[in-house]
Amino acid sequence: MNFNFERKNIDFVKHRKKFFILPAIVAMIGIILLSTIGLNLGIDFESGSRVEVMNEEGSFTEEEVQNAFEAAGGYEPDDITLAGDDHEQAHARFIGVLDQNEIAEIQTYFDEEYGAEPSVSTVSPQVGQELAMNALISVLIASVGIIIYVSIRFELLYGLAAILALAHDAFFIITVFSITQLEVNVPFIAAVLTIVGYSINDTIVTFDRIRENMQKAEKLETFADLSQVVNHSLLQTLARSINTVLTVVFAAGAIFLLGGQGIQTFAFALLIGLVAGTYSSLFLASQVWLVWKHKQLERQRQKAAAKEAEA
Amino acid sequence: MVQKWRILAFFMIVILLGGLISQTAMSTAEDTNLGLDLQGGFEILYEIEPAEEDQDEVTEDMLNATVSALNQRVNVLGVSEPYISIEGEDRIRVQLAGVEDQQQARDLLSTEAELTFRDVEDNEILSGDSLEQGGAGINFDQQDNTPNVSVTLQNGEEFGEATEYILENFDPPENRLVIWLDFDEDENSYVEEMTQEDPEFLSAPTVSEPLYTSNVEIQGDFTLEEAEFIAEVLDAGSLPVEMEEIYSNAVGASLGEEALDNTIYAGLIGIALILAYMMVYYRFMGVIAAVTLTAYIYIVMNVFNWIEGVLTLPGLAALILGVGMAVDANIITYERIKEELKAGRSVMSAFKAGARRSFTTILDANVTTILAAGVLFYFGTSSVQGFAVMLIVSILTSFLTAVYGSRLLLGLWVKSRIFNKKPGVFGVKESDIREL
Repeated sequence: MNFNFERKNIDFVKHRKKFFILPAIVAMIGIILLSTIGLNLGIDFESGSRVEVMNEEGSFTEEEVQNAFEAAGGYEPDDITLAGDDHEQAHARFIGVLDQNEIAEIQTYFDEEYGAEPSVSTVSPQVGQELAMNALISVLIASVGIIIYVSIRFELLYGLAAILALAHDAFFIITVFSITQLEVNVPFIAAVLTIVGYSINDTIVTFDRIRENMQKAEKLETFADLSQVVNHSLLQTLARSINTVLTVVFAAGAIFLLGGQGIQTFAFALLIGLVAGTYSSLFLASQVWLVWKHKQLERQRQKAAAKEAEA
Repeated sequence: MVQKWRILAFFMIVILLGGLISQTAMSTAEDTNLGLDLQGGFEILYEIEPAEEDQDEVTEDMLNATVSALNQRVNVLGVSEPYISIEGEDRIRVQLAGVEDQQQARDLLSTEAELTFRDVEDNEILSGDSLEQGGAGINFDQQDNTPNVSVTLQNGEEFGEATEYILENFDPPENRLVIWLDFDEDENSYVEEMTQEDPEFLSAPTVSEPLYTSNVEIQGDFTLEEAEFIAEVLDAGSLPVEMEEIYSNAVGASLGEEALDNTIYAGLIGIALILAYMMVYYRFMGVIAAVTLTAYIYIVMNVFNWIEGVLTLPGLAALILGVGMAVDANIITYERIKEELKAGRSVMSAFKAGARRSFTTILDANVTTILAAGVLFYFGTSSVQGFAVMLIVSILTSFLTAVYGSRLLLGLWVKSRIFNKKPGVFGVKESDIREL
């Protein structure tokens, strides 16, 4: 088995404007959706109620608790965790605060069925919100750090393009979660952070090759020269890009298919992010860099020409 | 001439590694503390009251400050990932995973960590507010080598005045500076405690001269654990509130009871697929990758256990990213070697050039990611921190195994010259090789 791309005639640069359309559409949809229906925030980020039920007669299973709440008056807990040494207790969490009547209904039902009155408390989402806020701020600070590091090791434009790709990937996952209205919890944040990490890694590897080929290039005068360097670099790293994403997809895919309910959403976010990450490093980051770099070279040339004219 | 000893050395390394892993993998797995989401843990519900007498209401700020102080205490390295939530007006629920000593965890959580210096009549002369944050530590006594707790005051002047005050107002044997942790006005008094065998106060040294110093040593006949505990809670900062335990309980895995088995099973399948793919695509080099990846996972889990990490779903995500980056480092190197082979270099020189040229790529990619992970660790809270720690451990380990490990193992074969003129072993067809 072998991928042999270098000799194939694939042009990643010619159709760059078409490549930019897709992210632009996704970004638009994302902005519209987020400002209207938003995300389906889970119990980590919304205030809610927590009901602790006891089973005087034996132990609970999650399904049993689910059914009991259904029977009590059609309640659907957003999360059920078993507790106690023999699972004689369970914690059910609801998004949104239950009112007095609802609490009374639940309490009566469980009292009659299981011999103990459940206790109900309200849960405030401060801690989860702070976690999400901190994660966001950290990513912003990290982005600045990455730009600085890349500017030192590479050049400022590479850093900016890398951050654009990173933002694209993270925003893509958020948009998909807004479209599907899948629940957003703390593991979702971890998935987004994972993709951020993957995205940086992926983009830098491609940029490293562009940097190397730029140094080797004999003439870099026209846009065609530049795009050739970029296209050649993308082709040279294509086998690596595909193989790397495939291996990570193996891991995330296995968890998605076999990991059980609680983990599926998380693995789904990872998979979506990997698709976005691959797209951005093949069709977005380098092309954006190319456009910017070309403008930069143009400007330098004009300045030089202006100077010469003065002299 | 084929140098057989190098190939022999390769097999020795692989056999040793395989032996080590097969012997200790089970205990490594057993030692791994699993998080609340995968395995559950225990929880304590606290009721909060303001610590200061003049306040009678618990404010939101107070609750938030308490949560972050609690986070600090249980999460010294950012790897324990406690789940702390605010409930109702004045309750805080703390869930902990992977705790061996529940009583110690309770003490650590509920102490107010309010250090006070008092006279023998229990009047406060100096409060814990004058402590320098992060200035507490342990010193060993020079004479009998018992551990002392050392604290740093914000200025030495205050402590000097406190000692002057004792000297002026008390005659021997009452000239003592009594040091308390969590003094309770209603219950504690020096006069009562001094006759006890194990008094509630930390220590009560005699003051014989004014001491103008900002470094104070507390000699309290501590065991090492006690001294470490006191230094730790003093460093994590005092709680602005008093916490009353309402109840504690065992909690199950928040992702469901099957979460753990499913995740392990899925993870093993995922890794098996990765290894199989690498071996099919990169042939012999894929075998090397399989060896280094196995070593990578083994080392990461051991390091993670060593820093007493608690593995949660976010940690697992970081581990997957780490596997991805470790595989990536291998792939980058192998692709480079293949490129060099196709350019017509000999196996030996393609290996050397490939290893050298791929190095900066991998380095830059790793440094950028580790930079991001470092920021996440510094600014993040619980889950985000846990993620970051695992990511940092993963990247450092993958750098070691995928760059140096891979190079060493592959180098043994290449340098043995057994592959000379056999680019097919590396998945490069003769027809793809350009003539020089």
